[in-house]
Amino acid sequence: MSIKKMAFIVDKMPYKSETSRLALTHAIASQTVEIHLEDGENVEPVLAFIGAGVLNCLKNQKASEVYGVTTLESHIQNALLTDIKVLICEEDVKKYGLTEDQIIMDAEELGADITSELVPFSTIMSEMESSDHILFF
Amino acid sequence: MGKLTIGCFSSLVGSMTLDFAVKLAEAARKKGHDVDMWLSGNGTMLSKKGQRSFKDYSSLEKTITDLVAGGANVTACEACAEARGFHKEDLISGFGRKSMDWYLASCFSADRVLHIGGE
Repeated sequence: MSIKKMAFIVDKMPYKSETSRLALTHAIASQTVEIHLEDGENVEPVLAFIGAGVLNCLKNQKASEVYGVTTLESHIQNALLTDIKVLICEEDVKKYGLTEDQIIMDAEELGADITSELVPFSTIMSEMESSDHILFF
Repeated sequence: MGKLTIGCFSSLVGSMTLDFAVKLAEAARKKGHDVDMWLSGNGTMLSKKGQRSFKDYSSLEKTITDLVAGGANVTACEACAEARGFHKEDLISGFGRKSMDWYLASCFSADRVLHIGGE
């Protein structure tokens, strides 16, 4: 049994570029990585939003109406639905004048069992330190 | 010898980031390391054949083709390529096209991962 932990760290704002979307789609791809691995091997993803990246986590995104593309909100909810640990830096949320009720904290309507976690940056650092690989988007 | 996985998300033209990634891959191969390169987002364009060389822009097609001939594995994200109108028949011979889980599997078995983000 070999599990490798991979931290997907997002510090880019949404929609201005493709970067944060690629972070989410790559993190969610961990759900099917087993097809390329040996029995007992797997990837444990952790998705963390820091800096301007916390803006990806705003609720009520309208990208479907404005740009005709899927919202990053729906991708974050899909990540929660697939039990990916989602961490959001609480210092950066405060820095942008946001409060918890403005942030995507769950995907209950999709049936997700886990919720996002607003955590201090030190917790995100600890996750990075305990990861085998860090993918910085 | 080890295995290096390089994820490249930057544009082929418009930045020198891919040039750096390709030079790094070349250096690693020369030292005998295995190299996987994952091209995603705008980086997928590096795997498109028929790139025309201009002196104003760096030209990587020959270098990357030689790298693949020498044993490096270069694989592009299929969805990112298709979204850019770049289809399987446009792929440089010897290059791969896979879904994103391939990159994670490559990271899984790598000794080191260098993830070079996009713009």
